[in-house]
Amino acid sequence: MLELVTISTLNGVLYGMLLFLMASGLTLIFSMMGVLNFAHASFYMLGAFFGFQISQIVGFWPAFVVAPVLVGGIGALVERYGLRNVHRHGPVAELLFTFGLAFVIEEVVQMIWGKAPVDYRVPPSLDFSAFTAFSTNYPAYKMFELVTAVAIFAVLLGVFRRTRAGLIIQAALTHPDMVAMLGHNVPRVFMLVFGVGTGLAAVAGVIAGPALVTQSNMAGTLVAILFVVVVVGGLGSLSGAFLASLLIGLVQTFAVSVNLSVADVLGGIGVAPPSGGALSDLWNVTVAQLGPIIPYLLLVLILIFRPTGLMGTREQ
Amino acid sequence: MSEVASRVANVPVRDARPRPSAAAVARLVAPWLALAVAFAILPAIFTSGLALTMLSLMGIMIVFALSYNMLLGETGLLSFGHAVYYGLGGFLAVHAMNTVIHDRLPVPLPLIPIVGAISGLAFGVIFGSVSTRRAGTAFAMISLGVGELVSSSSLILRGFFGGEEGVSTNRTKLLHIFSLNFGPQIQVYYLIAAWCVLCMIAMYALTRTPFGRMCNAVRENPERAQFVGYNPRTVRFIAFSLAGLFAGIAGALAAINFELVNSAAVGAEQSGLVLLAAYVGGIGNFIGPVIGAVLVTWLRVMLSDVTDVWQLYFGLLFIGVVMFAPNGISGLIMMHAPLWRARAYRSMLRLALTYLAALAPALVLLAGLILFIEMSYHLSVKAAEGTTISLFHIAFDTTSVKAWAATVILIAGGFWLFRMTWPVVSAAWHDASAEAHGAGRAK
Repeated sequence: MLELVTISTLNGVLYGMLLFLMASGLTLIFSMMGVLNFAHASFYMLGAFFGFQISQIVGFWPAFVVAPVLVGGIGALVERYGLRNVHRHGPVAELLFTFGLAFVIEEVVQMIWGKAPVDYRVPPSLDFSAFTAFSTNYPAYKMFELVTAVAIFAVLLGVFRRTRAGLIIQAALTHPDMVAMLGHNVPRVFMLVFGVGTGLAAVAGVIAGPALVTQSNMAGTLVAILFVVVVVGGLGSLSGAFLASLLIGLVQTFAVSVNLSVADVLGGIGVAPPSGGALSDLWNVTVAQLGPIIPYLLLVLILIFRPTGLMGTREQ
Repeated sequence: MSEVASRVANVPVRDARPRPSAAAVARLVAPWLALAVAFAILPAIFTSGLALTMLSLMGIMIVFALSYNMLLGETGLLSFGHAVYYGLGGFLAVHAMNTVIHDRLPVPLPLIPIVGAISGLAFGVIFGSVSTRRAGTAFAMISLGVGELVSSSSLILRGFFGGEEGVSTNRTKLLHIFSLNFGPQIQVYYLIAAWCVLCMIAMYALTRTPFGRMCNAVRENPERAQFVGYNPRTVRFIAFSLAGLFAGIAGALAAINFELVNSAAVGAEQSGLVLLAAYVGGIGNFIGPVIGAVLVTWLRVMLSDVTDVWQLYFGLLFIGVVMFAPNGISGLIMMHAPLWRARAYRSMLRLALTYLAALAPALVLLAGLILFIEMSYHLSVKAAEGTTISLFHIAFDTTSVKAWAATVILIAGGFWLFRMTWPVVSAAWHDASAEAHGAGRAK
């Protein structure tokens, strides 16, 4: 039991941190430009595929640096030549633009790498077990993922809170006109934020690619989870996104290891569940099977009881 | 300015009239009669089996896209999960049909869409009560979450959703009326057409009611709507539920048409498709989603026949519309309505000529892009099938420098020429609209 809890906690935190790597970029972009980047998970996918392709040629470590930079560059270009032009049509048009972009990126990735998963492996230099906990070998690569995610989080927070650049970004967020008046190029700040945000998603892609499956549908399922994280945490709140990422990471990881259904619980207290009928599955579904939909249930619950999200402020 | 003033002046006059004249009634009824006649004679014009199937699909899609536009166009709610109500309407319709067959209930097939309507409405009420608390971007994200919730559940609750293969039925086994058994596609087409016309009239009428106007007010400025005394959340909620109702009808029609509903009906792809149809057609006026539904259904059937990467073209089309024509195809058409009304025929003719002049390089550019996409696709995915592909009845060797050079020349040349013609088009447009404006003033 303790073993299960420990390993699940580690994996949950790891998954949560990966989610946060993406959600932080998404939140930053959203709170800054009011754009909800539907294609954010697609940039994560691009990161994974670029990481795979580059590591085939020059090895994992250069890919770890080059792939996010490339993807961030693509993100900046998308902002400069796409989003900025759509901006005058309003936020719905911007959201729809990124929606179309997600569609196109998925198709292009399918065109280049096909629909089957690619063979993106853990680099040999990290392919050993870091420690043994309760007779389970915990892979070093997962520790590396965790450390990277935490380090990026720390750096991001440091830059955002403690440096001049962070100050300008925060100011451009709330008072764009004033910042422009002081001589800063606000559109360029937006472009950089978009580039960095998508680059962060790509970092998550590069490090998650070998651990999870790298294939062309990996963005589709993730984008909905990311939105759940952002809504549950509270729109535009970085610390809320952090909390929600961890929460969803832990809940989903723990759910997978619980093999219990309503029928079991009812049976335990001596009540026979109703059998038959179209909804009989409802009684026999185990928590593990429910794992994928738990984030969405959480979303609905949060909306009922706290519509602004965990750390959200009141809607204007 | 004068146009707005005249419109404002017209409204009370029309409303004050206790009984509309026969001419006014005729004006009101004529377009719908024409539509019904068009639906009735279309199968006589397009007689092939494929055309009949496609017409049926178009009818379903029109209802679905119009129901979507009640949200996005009328109320300003961007939903990424509208297929939930379509799919659930379909599932409940299929289950209802199977129950009717099993218990030999006296229910004929044409009434089955009512089941879809009720279930669409019911789920609209359930999910709407949570998701319409927020508007704007938050609503969009929530709709996506609800969509994922239902589509993930569809793979868990196998009893109701039928797992991967879905739930099938037999539409010919229901009570027969007027000796119609709904076996042949033509009978199903007329069933769909009848429901489609009915729904179109209902949805159009809804936009004319005070409620429809309140939806627009909530879309434009929720705060002021609240000052007038309407709760924006309630208006959004009612609009959402009614959109669910019509989506449920569309889902039930699809269930009748295919005699099968599977979990794809509630999936994200279906939600994306209806968004695409409504937006490409244009969400700004009633006819837009109809155009979009027809176009997208046609493109989907035709393109998926011709190319494997049709979804890429869909995505690019969508991005193109969002970037360059945010009011969609109907928006582009309606742009010219003032010219038409002002009878600026001469400048319209000139405008049309410049359009033709710009169309040629645009087509060249398009051909270049298609060539580029198809050759890249062939080279990367289908390399095993040889290096030659046939496009526009011309064979291209995907490894030859010549073919790629031709592609680059087509794209660059087309783009350059298009850029050259654009100022001419723009100038002609300005002349024409200035003339129309002047004519409007003179009146």
